[in-house]
Amino acid sequence: MTFKGINRRALIKGAAAGAAVGAAMTAEQLAGFAQAWAQAAPFKPEAGAAVQLLRWKRFVQSEEDSFNAIVASFEKATGVKVTVINESLDDVQPKASVAANTNQGPDIFWGLYSLPHLFPDKCSDVTDVADYLGKKYGGWVPTAETYGKSGGKWIAIPVAYNGNLINFRQSMIEKAGFKEVPKDTAGFLELMKALKAKSVAGGFALGRASGDGNAWVHWALWAHGGNLVDKDDKVTISSPETEKALNYAKELSDTFVPGTAAWNDAFNNKAFLASEISLTNNGVSIYAAAKAGAAKGDAKLKEIMDDMSHSLWPVGPVGKPTEFHIAYPMMVMKYSKVPNASKAFISYLMEAEQFNKWLIDSVAYLTHPLNAYDANAVWKTDPKLSMAGDVAKRTLTAGGLGSVGEKAASALADFLIMDMFATVCTGRATPKEAMQVAERQAKRIYR
Amino acid sequence: MSDTLAGAPPRAAIAIPELTAWQALRTNRNWLGFWFMLPAIAFLVLFLVYPLGLGMWLSFTDAKIGSAGKFVGLDNYEWIIGDSKFQGAVFNTLFYTFVASVIKFAVGLYLALLLNENMPFKALIRALILIPFIVPTVLSAIAFWWIYDPTFSIVSWSLRKMGWISGNINFLGDAWNSRWSVIFANVWRGVPFIAITLLAGLQTVSPSLYEAATLDGATRWQNFRHITYPLLTPIIAVVMTFSVLFTFTDFQLIKVLTNGGPAGATELMATMSYNTAILGGRIGEGAAISTAMVPFLLGAIMISWFGLQRRKWQSGENNE
Repeated sequence: MTFKGINRRALIKGAAAGAAVGAAMTAEQLAGFAQAWAQAAPFKPEAGAAVQLLRWKRFVQSEEDSFNAIVASFEKATGVKVTVINESLDDVQPKASVAANTNQGPDIFWGLYSLPHLFPDKCSDVTDVADYLGKKYGGWVPTAETYGKSGGKWIAIPVAYNGNLINFRQSMIEKAGFKEVPKDTAGFLELMKALKAKSVAGGFALGRASGDGNAWVHWALWAHGGNLVDKDDKVTISSPETEKALNYAKELSDTFVPGTAAWNDAFNNKAFLASEISLTNNGVSIYAAAKAGAAKGDAKLKEIMDDMSHSLWPVGPVGKPTEFHIAYPMMVMKYSKVPNASKAFISYLMEAEQFNKWLIDSVAYLTHPLNAYDANAVWKTDPKLSMAGDVAKRTLTAGGLGSVGEKAASALADFLIMDMFATVCTGRATPKEAMQVAERQAKRIYR
Repeated sequence: MSDTLAGAPPRAAIAIPELTAWQALRTNRNWLGFWFMLPAIAFLVLFLVYPLGLGMWLSFTDAKIGSAGKFVGLDNYEWIIGDSKFQGAVFNTLFYTFVASVIKFAVGLYLALLLNENMPFKALIRALILIPFIVPTVLSAIAFWWIYDPTFSIVSWSLRKMGWISGNINFLGDAWNSRWSVIFANVWRGVPFIAITLLAGLQTVSPSLYEAATLDGATRWQNFRHITYPLLTPIIAVVMTFSVLFTFTDFQLIKVLTNGGPAGATELMATMSYNTAILGGRIGEGAAISTAMVPFLLGAIMISWFGLQRRKWQSGENNE
């Protein structure tokens, strides 16, 4: 497994250069790096190890291609066989839960939000991986520590975030009399009203959409000062602030296109790409899809690509951003017979040589949790994407003020906040009634 | 008695050798029968009794994912009974089951009667009828997902092109619309099963009965009311029992079409149990929700079994 011409020093130099400029290496260089890395890496895979990794099914094709290339180069360098299983985003959690309960299944799960906190005792301690990467790449963003740590040790590595942004059509908001998306909640409501009255209406998911739905209702709740629990995990959902948030959301939802109560995570993408809506919340995957279509010569998608843009969420009465972006933590299960090979893979994935290219290939769909990757080229090449580079630093975490533990994970999985907003927005309950239902359930979860 | 016995000459020992217990067992047909039944019993215990028992046990614990939990008595049941989401799910499940079963029965019986008539391409048409039943539920659910799409629904599109409606129909975004929409999808899927089974029943009715009735001047309705229906009731009882059970425990269709939404309007007990136990991680509570389905199911079986049948053998007695 030796590779002529590459030694440890060259490797370190290469790593530093890679981190600094985010330059992509040629395939040959990459292969050389991979083998040298395998020799120098702090995690030595078990002999004959085979790792099974279950991930969410990609939203951006080039991201998956890049990920698979990393897997292939890791296999080549270390001799470890890595099998990647793809599951739709909503199916990762049940599979991980069953695996945790039965102590068998894939070695690595790559899920979302606070998934590892549903079963912290079943996750391997990966503090050494986190320390190694943190030291090498300028430290972790604070929310990565919140999501990754439980009881003082790291139980998962949040390898990436997915920025959930306002996606809008410039021409349509101009038709409604606006030049840009307002930066405050009151102005934003005016925009939505004007869009419905004079232009094309927008819409946010009110169905049980774990990504987009949770993102916007949590933004609305937090923007008005509402919170599920306080910092001691005491339930505080029934409050005047929550009521304000619900009333605001109700007014907002009256401007939506019909049918948003049935939307899951995919509906708004389809509607936006068909020019049926002017504004929605989503990752940058709609833009990526339009770009990919435009590259294949689709004139309609080219028009959407040129016309659309992204914006950060408006700030509410609390006076500071209250965004809720998706975290994508990767966890090594305790039952795994190949913990070192699994750790080696995660650290390999996050080394500059791989990670920089991966970020570029995912066209800003994924955002880095390590500070050194602020320098990545993807945040500089396209002004429509650059704001996604900060989402790991801007996001609040599941559970809000409270702990990111199994209780927060349970409340999120139960769509407790989502359903509270949906019942009010669809007129099936008053804000007071909806708060009472949510409070009763929250008290049960947080007892 | 003892005197006569004592006075009697001792009987010569009869030359039948005493059977040992083992020999008796070897020749015992019941014992042999037991061994033949053993695989089936083991199968039932392993895949039915054990999971059901485990589920019931879990419903009395506070088990979470990754922890076995401890016994908490009726706590989970007390909680779900007071939970408005659970109450909603019970209502939805009963409504869904009742309406879908009634429609499925009516349409299925009608189809069966039609298919029982002589017509060209009879075999082909009977085979075609089965298609909705053959297609995997998840696939048909995804097809309905597109049919009910708030933006791209073919139904909304067609009606709009014909100028009958101005905006799209909000199939899955409105509480009652979504309930009727999922019921329609369930009916579409469930009708073939009922139609084909009832058709099989109809074929067993002897034509001579109809001939005799027709000679006596019976109308078509009287034929149906007094010959077809009474002879069909045993089949109806069986098929409706199955239909009610399948509908009551429906999961895939709801999961794919609405995931219980909008805001719980189509949440069934089965989907709620899954969401609570597997997604929410509260296994004990989820187990209580699914165990709470058992009395309803038993009730449904009792009604269709004892209410619909006319013959005593069905309830375990001899036929007269």
